[in-house]
Amino acid sequence: MIDNFSWVAVYPEIVLLIMACLIAMVDLWVTTPRRNLTYGLSMLTLASVAIIQALYASSGTTLYSFGNMVVSDAMGNWLKCFATLAVMVTFVYGRPYVADRQMLKGGEWYTLTLFALLGMFVMISGNNFLVIYLGLELLTLSSYALVALRRDNGNATEAAMKYFVLGALASGFLLYGLSMLYGATGSLDLSTVFMAVATGHVKHQVLVLGVVFVVCGIAFKLGAAPFHMWVPDVYQGAPTAITLLIGGAPKLAAFAMMMRLLVDGLLPLAIDWQQMLMVLAVVTLLMGNLSAIAQTNLKRMLAFSTIAQMGFVLIGMLSGVVNGNTLSAANAYSSAMFYMISYVLTTLGVFGVILLLAREGFESEEIADLAGLNSRSPLFAGVMAVCLFSLAGVPQLVGFFAKLSVIQALVATGQPAAVGLAIFAVAMSLVGAFYYLRVIKVMYFDPPLTAATVSAGADVRFVLALNGGLVLLLGLLPGGLMALCANAVVQALGS
Amino acid sequence: MGMLSQAIWTPIVLGVLILAFGRDDKAGLVRWAALFSALLSFLVCLPLYTHFDNSSASMQFVENMPWVLRFNMAYHLGVDGISLWLVLLTSFITVVVIISAWEVITERVNQYMGAFLILSGVMIGVFCALDGMLFYVFFEATLIPMYLIIGIWGGPNKIYAAFKFFLYTLMGSLLMLVALIYLYIQSGGSFDLVVWQALPLSARAQTLLFFAFFAAFAVKVPMWPVHTWLPDVHVEAPTGGSAVLAAVMLKLGAYGFLRFSLPITPDASQQWAWLLIALSVVAVVYVGLVAMVQQDMKKLVAYSSVAHMGFVTMGFFMFSPLGISGGIVQMIAHGFVSAAMFLCIGVLYDRVHSREITSYGGVVNTMPKFTAFALLFAMANCGLPGTAGFVGEWMVILAAVKFNFWLGMAAASALIFGAAYTLWMVKRVYFGPVVNDEVKQLTDINAREFFMLSLLAVAVMVMGLYPKPFTDVMNTSVDQLIQQASVSKLPL
Repeated sequence: MIDNFSWVAVYPEIVLLIMACLIAMVDLWVTTPRRNLTYGLSMLTLASVAIIQALYASSGTTLYSFGNMVVSDAMGNWLKCFATLAVMVTFVYGRPYVADRQMLKGGEWYTLTLFALLGMFVMISGNNFLVIYLGLELLTLSSYALVALRRDNGNATEAAMKYFVLGALASGFLLYGLSMLYGATGSLDLSTVFMAVATGHVKHQVLVLGVVFVVCGIAFKLGAAPFHMWVPDVYQGAPTAITLLIGGAPKLAAFAMMMRLLVDGLLPLAIDWQQMLMVLAVVTLLMGNLSAIAQTNLKRMLAFSTIAQMGFVLIGMLSGVVNGNTLSAANAYSSAMFYMISYVLTTLGVFGVILLLAREGFESEEIADLAGLNSRSPLFAGVMAVCLFSLAGVPQLVGFFAKLSVIQALVATGQPAAVGLAIFAVAMSLVGAFYYLRVIKVMYFDPPLTAATVSAGADVRFVLALNGGLVLLLGLLPGGLMALCANAVVQALGS
Repeated sequence: MGMLSQAIWTPIVLGVLILAFGRDDKAGLVRWAALFSALLSFLVCLPLYTHFDNSSASMQFVENMPWVLRFNMAYHLGVDGISLWLVLLTSFITVVVIISAWEVITERVNQYMGAFLILSGVMIGVFCALDGMLFYVFFEATLIPMYLIIGIWGGPNKIYAAFKFFLYTLMGSLLMLVALIYLYIQSGGSFDLVVWQALPLSARAQTLLFFAFFAAFAVKVPMWPVHTWLPDVHVEAPTGGSAVLAAVMLKLGAYGFLRFSLPITPDASQQWAWLLIALSVVAVVYVGLVAMVQQDMKKLVAYSSVAHMGFVTMGFFMFSPLGISGGIVQMIAHGFVSAAMFLCIGVLYDRVHSREITSYGGVVNTMPKFTAFALLFAMANCGLPGTAGFVGEWMVILAAVKFNFWLGMAAASALIFGAAYTLWMVKRVYFGPVVNDEVKQLTDINAREFFMLSLLAVAVMVMGLYPKPFTDVMNTSVDQLIQQASVSKLPL
């Protein structure tokens, strides 16, 4: 396996890299204000990458390449496929908004986003501490630039600055932790680290110290409390199209990073990091839900709601190993993966509607701006309501099954603390229901502030309806996606 | 597609279509489409009754398909004697409610009609589900349409009411969700109610499960002291919303006791029956007294609903065939009567825009036809022999006297309170001289309202005079349920 330098495993990354560079150059000769050619090329690239990834994923093979530095397995390929689709949806929703705000003057929106996606791909494929770290840096550096894309906007610049400083700090944490693990085990390769830790000959204190820093770094990237401070500021300050990008696809990459580092690399230390995740989950659920109640800015409220949702993902992640027994690991991690995918799908719909409501010179980011949306546009109000009910975890929407599966995984561990945490999580989702319902109340029960109808292109309407429809359909028939996640995680654990 | 699937999905699919394609400038068409859909949904349910086998206690018209393989959830449907009439009641009430909204709802007609049709299908789903998670999904999914119905078309304080409704009931049912997950794990990975009913459970587990179920169902019924959401919600909900809430949604909770608490946790049910009966007696007696002092007609009927549902839960937890059958009959009767009471208030409210009893007086002088109907329903509400209200209460009281004389005594005394608050309201609203100009200018009910009220009047009379079709259906199922509830499930 060591001398395996197959390029096949990284074809999608290569296509993405070449096309991103090409698009950056082609864009120099594009003069139309909406950059139709750049848009078309980007969508074409993404579509072909998504198809390649789906083919890879459904073939079910696992390939290691570049001396074990990268891996192409079903879990990674599905996550990459979904991330690509999420970025495509982001482009469709975001284009009118970005064009209206003079952010398309250069083609940076497209190229930087493609590079961010490439970073996600590398993160997801990485089978080596440094590769994962490099992917993360590529993603976050592109994101910093994207947040700052509207240079003349004070809020956006401030958000970019905060994001950069805190993000750099988090990267530092992560790198510090990784270096400690490297020092203790003598390897950057995940499977070698796994083996070294499993022997039990490595000094435990050093490992645990390293794990603490790694978990902190992951919590930062995920936006879990108490490392969540950047999330509300960045979500609120960034132009909404960029918020959509940051809140969507990168969460899938963050999940993959968590799986690779904590599970593929450090599963023998599960008893240590599971405890840390449990603390994080409790604090995250509490902070996210309680803070969201107090918000009047919709984007900020959704940021806190994201934090709360990440608490549920953590619950899935911490239920894998019971007393050193990994029997329920596949169940737990696949529930977390299902949660993350359904969360991304729902978030795209929510931010998509906010984007549409924003007009020239008007951001539509206060909750009150949604007043009477139902009488202005029943379709958009319907999609928003479906997505919000789903985030609240009301049955017949995909969010319910996501919550059900993580809580089921938690209760299945059979420990008293787990049952207590389950009841706490359920109580917190009741708190969550309140602030989601409040937005629905504003849309459906309050009189509209303006009579202006909401206009959107046919493509946006179609994708948005599809998005809302999927949230509903996956709530009625979640079996397929659940099975997909389960198979993917079983393979990832088996290899 | 099986008959039960048709009963569930016909209204939902048609409701979604109306929601998607209806527009306010074609409101007339939307109304007729909605009425047609409701009638079609009702007709689809009728064969369930004609093909029902009274002698069998097992589930009928069973459909069982895998739904979510990963959690072994099944799309498992079936009805027995306990749920059959509730299914029919649901689709019947939907027809009535759609007629009641005809001229009243002028804004966003398609959303109103669509919401009620979807709600109807979802509630039928609750009564048919034999898979724990399918039940839960349907049970919770009723919240969304009802939340919107109250919030969009409700009264001045509608937002408070909509939130109170949603969060109160969600709070109860989330505890049930934890219980369902616990049972899933205990049973080795099954959500099937039949499996759960045979699952041995320790006394402690049963007690915890019993109270988790209790939290969900008692809030929904609602039992004293968690009934406080009901009057607030009823007052603000539009007429149709109140009618469906009282007629069908409250039954979801009572039905849950029969499907979950009694057969799955029989020992805990026996052990804690005293508590349930005590709460029911409080509901019947104390809430009856509370009803008497209400100034608002809708609040009065809401409290009277709590009192009547007290008879239902009291009947269930005496573990006698008469008590449980009586409770079920009372559920159906209350479905007809409470819907009728709320629709009567709606008729008055549409004309005068007041629910205060003091705004009325002498309505009989200007609305004689309407008053005749209102009187009939009021009599049914106080349980006069010959009306639907009598049968169930009589059965429960008989069972209560057998169970414990003083309990029977207390229950019977509640009939007097029922008569007192209902008749006193009738006296103040309908009889006496005309009190003000608004009442003087009232016009009697039109053909639509006449038709709507006569549908309910026929149901109330038929059920009161000839209850046999209602009780015949449920006898074997009730006997089986009692047998299940009396066999201990404690592990040996």
